[in-house]
Amino acid sequence: MNESRRRFLKELGCTVLGAGVALPLLDPTRLGTDVGKAASRPAAGGARASAAAAASSRQWAMVVDVEKCLREDVRNACVEACDRAHNVPRIPDPKEEVKWIWSERYEGVFPDEVHAHTPAATREAPVLVLCNHCTDPACVKVCPTGATFKRESDGIVMMDMHRCIGCRYCMAACPYGARSFNWRDPRPWIETDASGKPASDYPTRTRGVVEKCDFCSERLRVGQTPACVEAANAVQGGEGALTFGEVSDPDSDVSRLLAERNTVCRKVRLGTGPNVYYILPGATPAGDGRA
Amino acid sequence: MTDRPRIVLGLGVFLVLAAYPVWSALASSAPPERPELERATDSIGCVEDTLWMKAHHADLLNEWRTSVVREGTRTYVSTSGRTWDMSLTGTCMSCHKSREAFCERCHTYADVTPTCWNCHVPPEGGLR
Repeated sequence: MNESRRRFLKELGCTVLGAGVALPLLDPTRLGTDVGKAASRPAAGGARASAAAAASSRQWAMVVDVEKCLREDVRNACVEACDRAHNVPRIPDPKEEVKWIWSERYEGVFPDEVHAHTPAATREAPVLVLCNHCTDPACVKVCPTGATFKRESDGIVMMDMHRCIGCRYCMAACPYGARSFNWRDPRPWIETDASGKPASDYPTRTRGVVEKCDFCSERLRVGQTPACVEAANAVQGGEGALTFGEVSDPDSDVSRLLAERNTVCRKVRLGTGPNVYYILPGATPAGDGRA
Repeated sequence: MTDRPRIVLGLGVFLVLAAYPVWSALASSAPPERPELERATDSIGCVEDTLWMKAHHADLLNEWRTSVVREGTRTYVSTSGRTWDMSLTGTCMSCHKSREAFCERCHTYADVTPTCWNCHVPPEGGLR
């Protein structure tokens, strides 16, 4: 190789290397966004959640009256209605079970509300839990495929089963345990009639996808309330156990309850901005003790 | 050049094996029978032209899926101007009433295995 060719190659290499290192640093748009991001990042998650809430025009929400839901028949009616409406499989193994709405012990639902002197009856009281359809959902942030997303039109945290790759990041991120993974084909555990037709024509899920409550988006679309709300209202004494409506509408039932009653959310400190609210019982709950 | 006969022989064997799909198809007597599909039971006409649907129904369904799940738009306006609800089980299967006799027969013939019915509930039930 002659000297000039060798020199040319050396210089070419240096130029490419130099340009590769320098260009990203010189790019003004990239520099600008990085600085902008750092400057606008709020210190607390709460501030961020409220900013996002203001940006979203509509937001569905639910108010759970814990006292009315102490009755087992009310809770069962809700769970039953949901399972039938969405073909939720009944898998007995708790490690593999799939849950959209279910009962959890009070101390598990509100860990910050219990202390050394909380009565055992309160700790053990069953509370209905479901996806909180957070204003700033952690599950949506971590999803690598965009399979779970916050629907802008009404604030529902949706699942697109077609895109879910089953990585379960969302399950790790959700502070409420509201998501279930299909470890196996759920169909054998779905109740069907003699011809193999399930209770609803809602698509079942398949092995390897994550699922959760979607506030009955398919029922909302045709002007119905969520199945659990309808079921609770149908039980004698269960009327108003669950209230559903637009928290963004000041005249809705939900907004009225939030204004009139003392309500709490789960783990508000985390800044996810839950949209399921709880009216706690005034006195020590006298539940049936079965969560 | 003492290896020449062996190389030629090896090449010959390779060519014969590589051409297996060609000569096996030529050797087999008749082409496989075309699938007998169940005709649509209603006479309201298909969403789009039948020939176009034969070729592009998968694309159309993918488009519908994205539109319904991601964008929340459920109304499809066909090229002829008619509007349809974008729904596999609600619209398509309301005329083509059988997964087995409509979808499966042709998919088996074409040797394709779409995963629609892994989750969607076929009109005749029968969850697998």
